[in-house]
Amino acid sequence: MLAQIIFILALMVAIAAFTISIKKIIRNINLGKPIDRTDHQPERWKNMLKVALGQSKMTARPVAGIMHILVYVGFIIINIEVLEIVIDGIFGTHRVFSFLGSFYNFLIASFEILALLVLLGVFVFLARRLVLQLKRFSGVEMTAWPKSDAIYILVIEVLLMSAFLTMNAADYKLQQAGASHYALAGSFPVSQFILPLLPTDMDTLILIERFCWWFHILGILAFLNYLPFSKHFHIILAFPNTWYAKLTPKGEFNNMETVSHEVKAMLNPSYTPPALDANNKFGAKDVQDLNWVQLMNAYTCTECGRCTSSCPANITGKLLSPRKIMMDTRDRMEEIGRNIDKHGKDYHDGKSLLDDYISREEIWACTTCNACVEACPVNIDPLSIILDLRRYAVMEESNVTGSLNAMFSNIENNGAPWKYSPADRFNWANKED
Amino acid sequence: MIQVPTIAEMMAAGEEPEILFWVGCAGSYDERAQRVTQAFAKILTHCHIKFAVLGTEENCTGDPAKRAGNEFLFQMQAMMNIEVLNGYHIKKIVTACPHCFNTIKNEYPNLGGHYEVIHHTQLIQELIDAGKLKAENGEPFKGKKITYHDPCYLGRANGVYEAPRKVLEVLDADLVEMKRCKQNGLCCGAGGAQMFKEPEKGKKDVNIERMNDVLESKASVVAVGCPFCMTMMKDGVKHFEKEQEIEVLDIAEITARNNNLI
Repeated sequence: MLAQIIFILALMVAIAAFTISIKKIIRNINLGKPIDRTDHQPERWKNMLKVALGQSKMTARPVAGIMHILVYVGFIIINIEVLEIVIDGIFGTHRVFSFLGSFYNFLIASFEILALLVLLGVFVFLARRLVLQLKRFSGVEMTAWPKSDAIYILVIEVLLMSAFLTMNAADYKLQQAGASHYALAGSFPVSQFILPLLPTDMDTLILIERFCWWFHILGILAFLNYLPFSKHFHIILAFPNTWYAKLTPKGEFNNMETVSHEVKAMLNPSYTPPALDANNKFGAKDVQDLNWVQLMNAYTCTECGRCTSSCPANITGKLLSPRKIMMDTRDRMEEIGRNIDKHGKDYHDGKSLLDDYISREEIWACTTCNACVEACPVNIDPLSIILDLRRYAVMEESNVTGSLNAMFSNIENNGAPWKYSPADRFNWANKED
Repeated sequence: MIQVPTIAEMMAAGEEPEILFWVGCAGSYDERAQRVTQAFAKILTHCHIKFAVLGTEENCTGDPAKRAGNEFLFQMQAMMNIEVLNGYHIKKIVTACPHCFNTIKNEYPNLGGHYEVIHHTQLIQELIDAGKLKAENGEPFKGKKITYHDPCYLGRANGVYEAPRKVLEVLDADLVEMKRCKQNGLCCGAGGAQMFKEPEKGKKDVNIERMNDVLESKASVVAVGCPFCMTMMKDGVKHFEKEQEIEVLDIAEITARNNNLI
């Protein structure tokens, strides 16, 4: 009975703490401007099923992709086992689903095989980070925290899977020994091999089984509460993120409506543009000037670095790293969130995403080639943030290099980015080849 | 000399073009790109396509301004161009520049410009399929190793990967892919208004990185479909002093040469 009370309390605390974290993240994402992304719903569902649930973009890099699918499938399916553990914990039952008989044996057997495959995947991932030290996992933005975050996640997964398998092994041994409360149930294709390593003493076995059971479930609850602070949050946000992703061609950059009104008024004096919002900025200086989908993108990023490793600017040694753009956006949002918690919502710390986090040199290194957007396995769009920062630099500050300014004035005056006379535009037809 | 009708002349004669050839700034002014424009105009003429150009009425689409963050200038250009195009009741546009292609196709509709827009490699492929362009011959490129460099604004930006490749497939040549191609194609380094500024500090220029892919492919012809890629690849070839071994040609030039038009 005491165990049940402790279990229910732990469950409630975990769910409450998780809810509080989620609410903060939603508040932070809502710092962004509104954008309507509810059109073409069938296509959005299809994208989510294909890209998030179906992991379609993961296998573009086969080793990481296949290992990730193992860990992902294992994670999803082993959650059925968590459901049983929760019911057992609340009602004091033991293996409550065992009435399913041979189907139960099948379930437990598949969980065990999946747990083994998860372990395999996780060890490959650890090796890639710690032994092979792939270039993709380093870079200026990969400071101490992002690097250890990745290792923590992998180690937690190893511990959880080991506890799960050890628990099953102890349980199986107790079943074989005919311990009361441990009725014959389940099939243990993997943990049977752990059996010889376990003691034969009943009490110690029960202790091991109980310890692993509690470790496994409390570990999962703790992990749940680690997610909102970690890059691992992608396991939740990958779904809405792919649903709300841009559906139009990658090359299409949005036409700013506020600008359309101004330009129409310039071309047609009788057109009266609607009054601009007092807080209106052309482009983005800080996270509040971005839209909420761009901010959700930042919380979805799991810092895998596929974007950065395919970025032509980064490959050729420029400062720009699309992954850093996303990490900076998240860090800045979190900073503003903490400011709101401490000082209320109107507090300004005098900092901004542009300059305090992302430098001019970074945004001007982009070739807008869309390689980062293409590479992202969860349809994050770093390019749109870079463009909005450029827009601010150009339209609010007129802060661009002389050569770009020259290009602007050439277009304005000559109708071409170079200094040629518009009268010569058709001369090509008269040239001999 | 080729006879290229302007839309104004055509309309004055009471005629309408099947398609408007949007030449673009590079195609109009850049000396190397002018040769591509001429080659494509010859293909259109050879296939008896009733086309016209805007001539001096054409104006920058605003693409480099938009990518550099100058949305005002972009929309000014866009609205002026749309006024001209709509004034001539243009329905279909072909262009040899993927940047113009992307901008007119994707960013003009929302500002009032609705046209069917195709890239010149797509039109050339259609003409080959329709039997209007000789597919065989192949003499000029027989046995040559050709690799195709995907322009970002045609490939990733708009998903056009096959048309230019199909045009090359009809040659009697040895087509090879670079290790980074199609969705994974590496940029030439000119997009996003980089063409009009000095590159930011780094270890090397993007076109040099791309040239390594070309050299690795051992191709003797780099086929391009974008005037900016043309400039960057040409400079890359020069950087490695490979002008004697490697030729950079637009798909239109390759097709024109294969049909003895140039």
